[in-house]
Amino acid sequence: MFVNQFLILAAVLFCIGVYGVIARKNAVLVLMSIELILNSVNINLLAFSMRNGSLDGHTFALYIIAIAAAEVGVGLAMVLLMYRNRRSIDLDELSEMKG
Amino acid sequence: MFASEVLVAQNIGFAILATIMVIGALRVVTTSNVVHAALWLVVVLAGAAAQYILLAAEFVAITQVLVYIGAVMVLFLFGTMLTRARIGAESDLNNKNWFFGIPVALALFVAMAIALDSGFGSQKMPADAAVATTQEISDQIFGPYLLPFWALSFVLLAAVVGAIVLARRD
Repeated sequence: MFVNQFLILAAVLFCIGVYGVIARKNAVLVLMSIELILNSVNINLLAFSMRNGSLDGHTFALYIIAIAAAEVGVGLAMVLLMYRNRRSIDLDELSEMKG
Repeated sequence: MFASEVLVAQNIGFAILATIMVIGALRVVTTSNVVHAALWLVVVLAGAAAQYILLAAEFVAITQVLVYIGAVMVLFLFGTMLTRARIGAESDLNNKNWFFGIPVALALFVAMAIALDSGFGSQKMPADAAVATTQEISDQIFGPYLLPFWALSFVLLAAVVGAIVLARRD
């Protein structure tokens, strides 16, 4: 196994996630794209952990999983609040703070 | 002889999983149905868990299945359910300028691919990598990484309290 095959896979997933964040208007789908990005980072961390023969990457990957769970919880609570106030979860309608 | 066969099998497994994951990820960002996007995301996350096992990280793989496929996906489906009257295909999930995402993602990928190729060219994974046991990982978390673990506990607590405060009806 090459080191690069995992890193390239993570790069592909990262770019797909970035595309999703840019292209999607629906807030839930943007959160899903962010999950793709966080997962690609986890693959990178574990690949480097195996390459270097150290366990630090495993620890960081577990912390990232926990942070992602917290992020999804708060993010979906915000989406719910947005839906309750505006009857829509389209991100491009949130323009009150535009100067 | 035997070791090289194992490596070939690992490479075939990697290729199959990577193909499934990339197709799933593309469907997540292109499908016109929010529930289908959530289910394709399950495919990608399960593939990532399998890649973690390929990378000798079984504890992280099991945590991925429990936390992501178990908890996060239920949260996503609840979020879809609570914010949407109907569950089905929709036409207006993309921004007006969604096509700007394609050149940005492609440019980012080309930049990263060049950097990775020049940085790690043909380096190989160590063939004798040991599987990380749960005990070793707990020695890491409760040893040198105890302070981040505490910080993470407070982050989770704050996230739980914040989610309840945000979503509660006054």
